Amino acid sequence: MSIRVRVNGVEQELDVDPEMPLLWALRDVLGLTGTKYGCGQALCGACSVHLDGQVVRACVTPIRRADGREVTTIEGLSPDGGHPLQRAWVELGVPQCGFCQSGQLMCAAALLAKKPQPTDADIDQSLAGNLCRCGTYTRIRAAVKKAAGVPDSK
Amino acid sequence: MSQQPVVFTRRSFLEGLNLSVGGLALGLVPTVSAEAAAPGVKSAPELRPNVFVHVAADGLVTIVCHRSEMGQGIRSSMPVVVADELGADMARVKVVQAVGDAVYGDQNTDGSSSIRGVFQDLRRTGATARTMLVAAAAKRWKVKPEACEAREHAVYLRDGQRSLGFGELVADAVKLPVPKAEAVQLRPLSELRRVGSELPLLDGPAYVTGKAVFGADVKLPGMLIAVVARPPVVGGKVARFDATRALAIPGVKQVLELPPPHRPYLFQGWGGVAVLAENTWAAMRGRQALDITWENGPNESYDSEKYRVALLESVRAPGKPARSVGDVDKALASAARVVEAEYYAPHLSHAPMEPPVALARVAGGVCEVWAATQHPQAARTEAAKTAGLPEDKVTVNVTLLGGGFGRKSKADFVAEAVFLAKTAGVPVRVQWTREDDIRHDYYHSASAQKLSAGLDAQGKPTAWLHRTSFPAIRSTFSEDVTGPVARDLNQGVLDLALDIPNVRAEMGEALAKVRIGWLRSVNNIFHAYAVGSFMDELAHARGVDPRDNLLEVIGPARKVSVAELGVTTLPNYGAPVEAHPVDAGRLRRVIERVTEMSGWNERAKNGRTLGLAAHRSFLSYVGVVVSMTKDAVGKARVDEAWVVVDAGLVVNPDRVRSQMEGSVIFGMSLAMYGSITMKEGATEQSNFRDYRLVRIADAPRAIHVDIVRSEEAPGGVGEPGVPPVAPAIVNAIFALTGIRVRELPIIRTVPV
Repeated sequence: MSIRVRVNGVEQELDVDPEMPLLWALRDVLGLTGTKYGCGQALCGACSVHLDGQVVRACVTPIRRADGREVTTIEGLSPDGGHPLQRAWVELGVPQCGFCQSGQLMCAAALLAKKPQPTDADIDQSLAGNLCRCGTYTRIRAAVKKAAGVPDSK
Repeated sequence: MSQQPVVFTRRSFLEGLNLSVGGLALGLVPTVSAEAAAPGVKSAPELRPNVFVHVAADGLVTIVCHRSEMGQGIRSSMPVVVADELGADMARVKVVQAVGDAVYGDQNTDGSSSIRGVFQDLRRTGATARTMLVAAAAKRWKVKPEACEAREHAVYLRDGQRSLGFGELVADAVKLPVPKAEAVQLRPLSELRRVGSELPLLDGPAYVTGKAVFGADVKLPGMLIAVVARPPVVGGKVARFDATRALAIPGVKQVLELPPPHRPYLFQGWGGVAVLAENTWAAMRGRQALDITWENGPNESYDSEKYRVALLESVRAPGKPARSVGDVDKALASAARVVEAEYYAPHLSHAPMEPPVALARVAGGVCEVWAATQHPQAARTEAAKTAGLPEDKVTVNVTLLGGGFGRKSKADFVAEAVFLAKTAGVPVRVQWTREDDIRHDYYHSASAQKLSAGLDAQGKPTAWLHRTSFPAIRSTFSEDVTGPVARDLNQGVLDLALDIPNVRAEMGEALAKVRIGWLRSVNNIFHAYAVGSFMDELAHARGVDPRDNLLEVIGPARKVSVAELGVTTLPNYGAPVEAHPVDAGRLRRVIERVTEMSGWNERAKNGRTLGLAAHRSFLSYVGVVVSMTKDAVGKARVDEAWVVVDAGLVVNPDRVRSQMEGSVIFGMSLAMYGSITMKEGATEQSNFRDYRLVRIADAPRAIHVDIVRSEEAPGGVGEPGVPPVAPAIVNAIFALTGIRVRELPIIRTVPV
């Protein structure tokens, strides 16, 4: 079965098992490796992408659900790495190993799109599904607020 | 060739238990010109005085990072040391990741050893190139080299009138002999312009755009992806299997059995059955469809609950002494009061965010590997053994690691990829799932400890007895290991400063039933937990403020001699005790500063409960205070954390801060939730659902980090922040609830 999906603004036609998770279609078929495998069970958030602007965990989202829809991955978050979140992430030195950060950024971007001035509680809630084993959480909060122009009282 | 090493030391994981430190390969043959060391460079000459730093005729400086990047920021730190010595402009520096090769000296990225182990040697690599560029300029200007200085990517005449760019000097410099190490002068520390300042994160832009290349991100033409069904019990093997259903799944190409490992397990693969497919999804489905009957072997009897009881039993009886001063038995017998406590901590899994993954191609008599490895030379050795090729026919390329924490020092997953690539005849990426990672780890040791202190009539401690029992890491590498030996107690038992006249440490027997490995800060985790908790118990028993008690028991500022410690030698993380003594003064200072920062004296007034612990590990000193509150549903949570670290001279303060922040989170995960248990020999946990880690909402509101300014020799950074976190939390929980947590994880005793 052929699946038509727009990925980062580019129309794609995929001839894959419709049950294949979006994660593996992105990584193995389209070669977009910025979206990460961390758990396969929607427990860690490393595979977070946007499906029509909403966060989904690509590891448990069958590709058929993306048929006729628009997917945005970390590679499509901005043309040049210039999204305010990406800039804040670099300026505040958020990443350690870096592996979970594309998922963190995609979730944070969806939050800012909905709520441009988030509180700590909003951030904690929106990123509750994103694990970071290196422990960058306090910098993630600071960077989301920096990108949003919210003063950080810490 | 001048980059041929004359002398290099490589530590052995068997002997040094991943704790000793080797130097860089810096033997430089002085009589051969540096140009000869640049094979394959035909047109423009390139200055290559050693394998670490190259200067091209266009001025581009290439610096090789020989340690793996796993989140500690080593690629943003090490090259800066070389560039500062050289006088290079980082904007014109290219950082290249080394392949696994003994010419680089020790590349095993563990033991918090990268900066502390090779700081001086690294400086010398840059200084050697500088010396040659300066000599070339001096010759051109017909002045003495002392009249010249290298800075901002050029050599200047000190009168400031003339300068020549590095690139302009290369053609002359390559004709000069490479100076002997002793003829190379290092700059005074004050001239290292960027070392110790706020440095940018080199890989930051790649991380935030998805361009960073991790283990699973390398692709080769014709590659298959393998997912392996491994024996659920260590030492188990495949009795029989049926691959019919797996092979029927579209995309599945081959099903191959892997050879079972022989004892000792070392870095061999686990054995099992691999499904090779065109994509990861098909390989995962193929594995599910396998029908396998396992033979579990003798470790089937392993039961964590029974093992816990036996370990605790072993510390109730005398063990083999590892440290002894005075007469502890007599002092305990005559004490006015004896305070005692037992502690237990379970196995832990590393759970790096990227599960183990490696890609291999074996063809035409060569083997190439791309792997997320902390230990590229071990990976090379294992790959060569598996491929049946000499090591010089094996190339191990190191990707970014996606976290390591000790797991990726082991080369078992590389061995699997090489075996499968060789057998299948196509390149193979072996992809571990999270379940594979949690179930087939080299686990952090489970441990039991008993601490006893004798107090005199005035409440002053007169005796200290510390018994510890845990299966040792050496059991993974040798069959005759029945428990820890003295050097396994280096981490937080032997090197503990105590101002008590009678001290003894003992170790009990413990047989390993799973593969034991090192996990970030290793045995310090449970030793600091027990010692840090017991210090607090002692304070409450004595009715003394926990900070004052801690300072009193550690004793006055002094460098504690081996004799005072009551040992004949101190492994001391592979470093000489003279250069890195057990310094009670430095430990006291981090305690004093962290209690001052956190408002320790005003804690009651501020309505907080605080917990304190401090620990020396990997030659650094870290003090931690955490504040605890109860949330709306009565769960204890860490509200804020303060960390003071004395790691000696610091290269990259922001990465030191980030390691301390990360250590608080890592320490919270293991203290509050971390537990791996086995039943009938198999690991009961499988994913983040049952192996819980701290999430953002659990993270403290703020983590405050203060770095002690120091010009002492560099200590470790990646690990030393972890050990004091668990006891600080446990002590704060006692202050909050009156409940003393003597078994990790805390969640088994107190809701967190």
